[in-house]
Amino acid sequence: MNKNIDAKKIIISNPLKLDCGKEINNFPIAYETYGELNSEKSNAILVFHALTGDQYVSGKNPITNKDGWWSYVVGENKPIDTNKFFVICANVIGGCMGSYGPSTINESTGKQIGTDFPIITINDMVNAQYELIKYLEIEKLFAVVGGSMGGMQVLQFVANFPDKAKLAIPIACTSSHSAQNIAFNELGRQAIMADSKWENGFYSNYKLNPDKGLAVARMAAHITYLSEKGLQEKFGRKLQDRDSLRYGFEADFQIESYLRYQGSVFVDRFDANSYLYITRAMDYFDLSKQYKGNLSDAFKETKTKFFVISFTSDWLYPTSENREIVIALNSIGADVGFVEIESDKGHDSFLLDVPSFLKTLGDYINSTYKVINERRI
Amino acid sequence: MKEEFNIISNLIEENTRVLDVGCGNGDLMKFLQENKTKDIRGLEISKEKVQNCLSKGLTVIEGNAESDLKQFPKSSFDYVILSQTLQAFLNPELVINELLKVGKKVIVTIPNFGYWRVRLQLLFKGTMPVTENLPHEWYNTPNLHMCTIKDFYNFCSSKNIKIFKSIALKKSRISEINKSNLNYKNLDSHLGIFLIES
Repeated sequence: MNKNIDAKKIIISNPLKLDCGKEINNFPIAYETYGELNSEKSNAILVFHALTGDQYVSGKNPITNKDGWWSYVVGENKPIDTNKFFVICANVIGGCMGSYGPSTINESTGKQIGTDFPIITINDMVNAQYELIKYLEIEKLFAVVGGSMGGMQVLQFVANFPDKAKLAIPIACTSSHSAQNIAFNELGRQAIMADSKWENGFYSNYKLNPDKGLAVARMAAHITYLSEKGLQEKFGRKLQDRDSLRYGFEADFQIESYLRYQGSVFVDRFDANSYLYITRAMDYFDLSKQYKGNLSDAFKETKTKFFVISFTSDWLYPTSENREIVIALNSIGADVGFVEIESDKGHDSFLLDVPSFLKTLGDYINSTYKVINERRI
Repeated sequence: MKEEFNIISNLIEENTRVLDVGCGNGDLMKFLQENKTKDIRGLEISKEKVQNCLSKGLTVIEGNAESDLKQFPKSSFDYVILSQTLQAFLNPELVINELLKVGKKVIVTIPNFGYWRVRLQLLFKGTMPVTENLPHEWYNTPNLHMCTIKDFYNFCSSKNIKIFKSIALKKSRISEINKSNLNYKNLDSHLGIFLIES
């Protein structure tokens, strides 16, 4: 995948020291904004995207021509109303939508960086995006919001920049990637690396793409985003375009056909090496370890208000892991609200039309915005 | 309800840190936020009610007082309020102990099972009491451990819990409870309000 992405971007000239020890500079950050920044610059919301997301939160994604990945949440008259808020979202470093990543062309060789790209972490992603906030000259964000890996970035952002956001909303996430999550990510990476077209990460030099491996990675991951009940209700044992089993390995079942489709559309929009790098960053995420095993210390310095949200059927980032964040915040007396939303839609609930989630999130953001503004006056 | 809120509000000093345990739809939280202090949190077990509170911009955590009060550090709130909820816990004694740890002071309000209207129903009708304040039938009541003003008063003395203030409410009439009028107040009040400390 080597699309010429005509994305809005800035070049970060400040050197950024990565956790792996390497330093990068003059690297691009691609981003998108929605709505208008008000004159007091008090209405900015930074949204962080998840593993396979991008900067196109709302409206039409120019690459896929589909709705932005968080269209249920961000947009005009949506829970995060772009008539009111200035929404910023950047493609993470390591990504493949215009920010510095393994598919970025190395100008001295004219080739993609491939697996010469340094290993990046959630911390590195957040530090890079902070440069964008500085570039946009926003002194203090009204909110930082994100689900899944986006939620991890929310936590890391507040830990790194305790006075840069008034409100933090980590959704369906964790403060430290579990063994189960690392295991699923490893499965995906192995599928990519086992594809003979991967070529140790330099597939673009050979005009190849490890599509099969990447599709399998996506299929496996997709299962983890749904719930058993959701799958059973949606697909059950229903057959795909046939009345009886074919006694072969074609996609007899609808669920097989669905996963194959998910895999096939994914490879058109996502870079296999980005998948490796970003899943690695998630696996390395352990905020409490960064603070010597005490998660509370990550938030000790902050006055940021928190709202943590989890979903009943999310077994990838279960309520118990979200609750650990709440407990850590409570133990230092931070201002934290928490709710577990009832939903059968699994981890993907945060991306989907889950009315009680959308309503609670929207009402909370709007009333908090009102309260904070009233206080200022 | 309004009277109870007023009494609770009067027991609280301004700009202090408050936790409302079993905060329901956040009515008391809103009232205190407007009248006493902005620094108020809630803990509530019902998802729906938590969502209601959050929608109003109130800081509320979904959780169970019996297991989730532990996560708050000792004396992290100036006041912890438990309004008409004590009777719904499996283990009210444990909850009171947790409240006394988390709050420097604790305000507990008790729907009084010793109120004469309640007593009369059991005495004359021979059925479990159903009143304005205790509207449930025996088979659907969330109330597991009903007690009287006197029960709670005695509980505090036996556990060496200091009672700073104890107030009886009958309709909108407010009076102080003390050792000498305890039996009378226990008969003539529908609600008891206690400000206690460990």
